[in-house]
Amino acid sequence: MLLEVRLFATFRQGRFKMKEIQLPEGSLLGELLVNLDISKKDVGILLVNGRHSNEDAILNAGDIVAIFPAVGGG
Amino acid sequence: MKLTNYDFFGDFRMAGYCGTILRVNLSTSEIKKEELDPDLAKKFVGGRGLGTYFIAKEVDPKADALSEANKLIFATGPLTGSKAPTGGRYMVVTKSPLSGTIASSNSGGFFGAELKKAGYDLVIFEGKSAKPCYLSIKDDAVELCDATEYWGMKVSEATDMLTEASGDSKSRVSIIGPAGEKLSLIASIMNEKYRAAGRSGVGAVMGSKNLKAVVVRGTGSVESADEEKTKAVIKDVLAKIKENAVTSTGLPTYGTAILVNVINETGIYPTRNFQECYTTKADQVSGETLAEKYLVKNTACYGCPIACGRHCRVDGVEGEGPEYETLWAYSTDCGVYDLPAVIKANNLCNDYGLDTISAGATIACAMELVEKGLIKAVELGGTPLEFGSSEAIVEWTRKMGEGEGLGAKMAEGSYRFAESYGAAELSMSVKKLELPAYDPRGVQGYGLNCATTNRGGCHVRGYLIAPEILGLPEGIDRSSTEGKSVWVKGFQDLTAVIDSLGMCLFTSFAIGASEYTDLFNSIVGESWTSDQLMQAGERIWNIERQFNLDAGIEPCEDKLPKRILEEAIPEGPSKGQKSKLGELLGQYYADRGWTEDGIPTPEKLAELELA
Repeated sequence: MLLEVRLFATFRQGRFKMKEIQLPEGSLLGELLVNLDISKKDVGILLVNGRHSNEDAILNAGDIVAIFPAVGGG
Repeated sequence: MKLTNYDFFGDFRMAGYCGTILRVNLSTSEIKKEELDPDLAKKFVGGRGLGTYFIAKEVDPKADALSEANKLIFATGPLTGSKAPTGGRYMVVTKSPLSGTIASSNSGGFFGAELKKAGYDLVIFEGKSAKPCYLSIKDDAVELCDATEYWGMKVSEATDMLTEASGDSKSRVSIIGPAGEKLSLIASIMNEKYRAAGRSGVGAVMGSKNLKAVVVRGTGSVESADEEKTKAVIKDVLAKIKENAVTSTGLPTYGTAILVNVINETGIYPTRNFQECYTTKADQVSGETLAEKYLVKNTACYGCPIACGRHCRVDGVEGEGPEYETLWAYSTDCGVYDLPAVIKANNLCNDYGLDTISAGATIACAMELVEKGLIKAVELGGTPLEFGSSEAIVEWTRKMGEGEGLGAKMAEGSYRFAESYGAAELSMSVKKLELPAYDPRGVQGYGLNCATTNRGGCHVRGYLIAPEILGLPEGIDRSSTEGKSVWVKGFQDLTAVIDSLGMCLFTSFAIGASEYTDLFNSIVGESWTSDQLMQAGERIWNIERQFNLDAGIEPCEDKLPKRILEEAIPEGPSKGQKSKLGELLGQYYADRGWTEDGIPTPEKLAELELA
C-alpha cells in the first residue's frame, strides 16, 4: 500500500521532506519508523491524518503520516 | 559594588530580592525609594504577582488606562538577575488600554537582570510628565532626564543613542517607539531592541505618561541565601534542561518557529483570519525554511542555556525574530507565504514598538473586512489590503506604526477597528486581545484557557498546547473535555508562579513545580512546599480576576469569538471539530472555587488570604 510520509525539523536531515512510501498491507507505524531509521525515543509527535497516534497503530493505504522530533515553543 | 538586602534597609530578611521599590512621580518629578514589605513578597512572590498587587491596590479599576490615574510598573522577580537558569525575565504591569483588564506583559533579554543589579525589585511610575522624559538609573543614582530629542525616534536608533548618552555601553534600555508615543492600543515596550513586552498595549500607557525609556546600569549582584544549596539545585535544573530534547535541541535549532508545521499538520493553524485551519503552503513560512534561508545565528537571553532566539538577515537587514506567533500572524493569518516580507513586517513591529500578534491579526481582520466589501477602496490610499498581499503586511504595519491614514484606526487593534464597520464579530479576539496562532476549536483545554485568561486572548498564560498537541509533560486528548479544566487551572497557576519568579516559561518543558520551589527556596532562603508556591500562583490568578470584575469586565466575557463558538473547522485534518467551551466553563469555575457565575467566593478569597 502507498502512504505519504512527511518529515520535519531534524528528521529531514539525511532523509527527505515528503515522500510516497510503499509498505505491506497492515504495517504498523512502528515498522515505518524502522524503515525510516528513526529511533522511537527520538520521536516527539506522531500524526496519522492529523490525529495523534503511536507506534502500535495499523496504517492504511492513503494515510498521511507526519513525524516530528520533540518540539516546543509558544 | 555588591549590594545586599541590608544596604538600604537593615530589616529586610529575604535574599534574592533587593528589598527596594523605586517610586517615580512623573507629574512632580519626585523619586522615592521604599522598602519592599517581606510579607508582601511572600504572598505575591514578585514580577507579575507583586506588580498586580500594587496596581490593584493603587489604581482605580475603573480608571481610564491612558489617564494619569493609571500606573506603570516594571516588576522583576526574586530570581531575576540571579544564577537561576533563564533568570532574566521581568513584567510590565498596568491596566490595559486595549482590553480594560489587568495587564502584565513579559519580556526577556537583559534589562530585568540589570534592574535587579542596580538594586530595585520594582519601579512604579505614577502621573504624567509635562514633557517627554526618560528615567536614568545607575545603581543608587536615579534621575529623570529630558527625552525631547528622542521623542519620535524608532526603537533601534533611540536605544543606541540613549545607551551612548548614559556613558556606559553596558547600559540596558527599555523603550517605546513611535507607536507607543502615538498611543496605539497595541503598542509594545521593547528592550535590547528586539525583546518585547508585547501584549495589551502597555506601550501606550508608557506613551500616555510621556515616558520614552528607562535606561539602567547596575553593578551589584543578586545574592543567594544558600550558595551551596543553590549550586546543587542549579546543577540539577541545568541537567534536566540539557537532557530534554525540546530545550536542548528543538528550540535552539529552530526556535519557536518550529511550531508552524506542527500546528498546521494537526489542522489547527488559523488561516485568513480564522476562516480556515490548514494550508498546503506552511512549509514556505516554517521554522525549517527560516533556519535554512535566513538564520544567521541563535541568541540567548540573560542566564539562558536554551538560546531559542532567531537572529536573521534578509536583504542585508538584520534583526531578531520572527517567533512562531509573528510568523503565523503575518503569514498564514494574512494568507501571505512570502517569508522575506514576513521578516520585514516583524522588523517594523520591533522598530515601531508594536505587538506582532495584535498587529498581524489586525491586518488579517482588516483583510477580511475588505474581502467582505466593508472597507471601501477609497479608504486605502492606494495600498492593497487583500489576503495574500506581501505589500499589505509590510506597508500597513508601517502605517500603523506611523499612525498614518487608515493605519491610525488599525493601530487601535482589531476589535475597535472591526466594530467601527459594524462587524465586531470579525475581530478574532477575547476581551479585545487578539487570539494567537492556534484554533481553539481543535484544542479544548487551550480554548478554555483563551476564554478565561485574565488579560484576554492569550496562549502563554495557560499553554495547554503543550500537553494537547506536543505531548508535554504527557499527551492528553485534545478533543476530550474529561478532566480538562483541572489541567487548565494547573497550567494557569504554575504560569503565574513562573511569571512572578522571573524565569522563562520555556523551562517548563523540562522542569516542574518542585524544581521551581527548590530554586526559590535556595535563592530566597525559604522552606516552601510546592503546594505553597502553587497556592501563590492561584492567589495571583484571583487578584487578577478580582481587578477585572471591579473594572467592569464581566464573566460573560469569558467566551470565544462567534465564528469559533458557532462554526466547525471547515476543512483540513481537524475538519468538523467544534468548540466545547460550553461544557467546560462551569466545571472550570467550580474547580477554581468560584460561584457558577464565575465570581471568587468569600471562602476562596479567605483561603488565599485575600479577604
